Amino acid sequence: MPEQLVFAMEVTLNGLMAGVLYALVALGFVLIFKASGIFNFAQGVMALFAAMTLVGIMDGQVPFSHLINATFGTDIHHFGWHVPALLAIILTTGVMVGLAWCVQQFVMRHLVNQAPIILFMATIGLAYFLEGLSDLMWGSEIKNLDVGLPQGINIWIDEATFNIFGYGFFIDNLDIVATVIAALLVVSLMAFSQYTKEGRAMRAVADDHQAALSVGISLNFIWVLVWSLAGFVALVAGIMWGTKSGVQFSLSLIALKALPVLMLGGFTSIPGAIVGGLIIGVGEQLFEFAIGAPYFGGATQNWFAYVLALVFLVFRPQGLFGERIIERV
Amino acid sequence: MFYREAGDFKTSYVDDGQTFPIRFDRYRYYAVLAVAFVVVPFIVGDYLANAILLPFLIYAIAAIGLNILTGYCGQVSLGTGGFMAVGAYACYKLMTAFPEVSMFIHVILAGGVTALVGVLFGLPSLRIKGFYLAVATLAAQFFLVWLFNRVPWFYNYSASGQISAPERTVFGIAVTGPNTEAWATYLFCLIFCLGTGLVARNLTRGTLGRTWMAIRDMDIAAEIIGVNPLRAKLTAFAVSSFFVGISGALFFAVYLGAVEVGEVFGIQKSFLVLFMIIIGGLGSMFGSFAGAAFLVLLPVVLKLVGVNVLGFPTDIVAHLQLIIVGSLIVVFLILEPHGIAQLWNVTREKLRLWPFPH
Repeated sequence: MPEQLVFAMEVTLNGLMAGVLYALVALGFVLIFKASGIFNFAQGVMALFAAMTLVGIMDGQVPFSHLINATFGTDIHHFGWHVPALLAIILTTGVMVGLAWCVQQFVMRHLVNQAPIILFMATIGLAYFLEGLSDLMWGSEIKNLDVGLPQGINIWIDEATFNIFGYGFFIDNLDIVATVIAALLVVSLMAFSQYTKEGRAMRAVADDHQAALSVGISLNFIWVLVWSLAGFVALVAGIMWGTKSGVQFSLSLIALKALPVLMLGGFTSIPGAIVGGLIIGVGEQLFEFAIGAPYFGGATQNWFAYVLALVFLVFRPQGLFGERIIERV
Repeated sequence: MFYREAGDFKTSYVDDGQTFPIRFDRYRYYAVLAVAFVVVPFIVGDYLANAILLPFLIYAIAAIGLNILTGYCGQVSLGTGGFMAVGAYACYKLMTAFPEVSMFIHVILAGGVTALVGVLFGLPSLRIKGFYLAVATLAAQFFLVWLFNRVPWFYNYSASGQISAPERTVFGIAVTGPNTEAWATYLFCLIFCLGTGLVARNLTRGTLGRTWMAIRDMDIAAEIIGVNPLRAKLTAFAVSSFFVGISGALFFAVYLGAVEVGEVFGIQKSFLVLFMIIIGGLGSMFGSFAGAAFLVLLPVVLKLVGVNVLGFPTDIVAHLQLIIVGSLIVVFLILEPHGIAQLWNVTREKLRLWPFPH
């Protein structure tokens, strides 16, 4: 087998894994967009905030310690205990639910019935707020996140591929775990929305706000629920990306990467988010490998996804799986 | 009290259609112009010019540009930073290629180049709408920044990958480079700011502006009554990019002097200008200026209060600033979706009737 082809296969596999992570962020977007029509730009910052909070709780950091120190001249930074990962994740989920409630109570409730673009801009404001808040709460330095996920090269795949192709593929264990977790998450979200009372209510709200309201579904509760779910998805995405490349500001930029994924898959489709994520992940890796690095000097991942989505949308404006856009005067 | 409108009669259509139909507003506008042109140049110092006046004027131009696209034509763009970069690099290439030509012409030409690029990236807007378009403009943002980073021709093969402005003059007075006087750069930017303001104001109330607004309010209905969406959208992209390009050129050549594209014209810049027009007021000329002034002054004031008065370290002040800007945007959207411009209008209407409201 030619060497280039084997390399391309490895790149494809790695692209698939990266795509799963994109899909994970995109999933959070889709959840909120479906249920409330809000395009939540803050999803990426929520992932950052969740990961920061998780690290902070695990290390026993004192929240707002910088601010407290600067105001009162004290010198506190840590409580001096370490919280086990599982407990910390549960606590962080609690924080994200609290955040969801606050967002609903203080922001979104007052913006019901506004134009979608106003809601979108409100979430940009929310993103700025959360970014400042997470830095202020936990400090802005790069942190290591280790919740005990396996990392490093997967020996088994390395050996197996070496025996077949004479070249060992480099696949990170973390990526495999991420794929499994993302798959589990999607399946459980699907099950939740199909088989539970709250899930059905959520779908009803997504379908028609007023009809849902008239059969006695509390919109307020559903929206808090949806934002909490999105917060939880953000936490999972934050753990994955945080473990991979450290918890730092660039984490919030993955939200921008999730946008072309959404455009490709359509804003309203969960399977679309997954497929779109995979296409973007594989596409940008292969493009960089085959065309970007040899001819354009590399780093084409920065824009390839957007241009791909742009070109794609010109031919199919609603995305792959999006609902057909019907416009009336 | 403030507005005395009695006896202010209009006797011709020209009178009736002027930008400031109320006498008091008109005189105030002349007074502001007089102060800006005659008083400020004599008292302006380096700090005042560099910290407040230059960024305000330049951002105001960018905000006017984006406001035409987003506020008047309803096409949300997140690519402002990328278009500003086009203006900056076009200006740089022109400056280095034709050193003897007046800087004034370079800046205008840089705007023209940006307008072409803007039309190119505006083409998909004919098929893509709303959020999809907003995300599609991100393609322009990331692609352009990448292009200027990676293709050495754009930065004249300089070792650092930066571009820095050589000294260029207007009528023999240096406006770029290290040896500029504060008043010269200030006046240079002021002239551009006033020019774009006038052009934009008159475009938006003419035929072109009305077709833009028709497209914004409902594109299908506009198409049915005979507005050509191709023409309306592309002209909006062209005019908007032209202004944004001018502001990018000024930002690089006059204000900063040296630019690293990813840092200066990144996605943050796009958001900053977008915030300016949201806080200032979508679809309002005054709003563009007010928003630019607000977001230029806010960090300066916060820094003064936070660092000098309260004694916080700068990084905490920077974080607080993010929180404050974020919550301000949300508060504005909730309380006054039409921004500072609307607040000002309400105040003005009250003042016209004060002290005897109906």
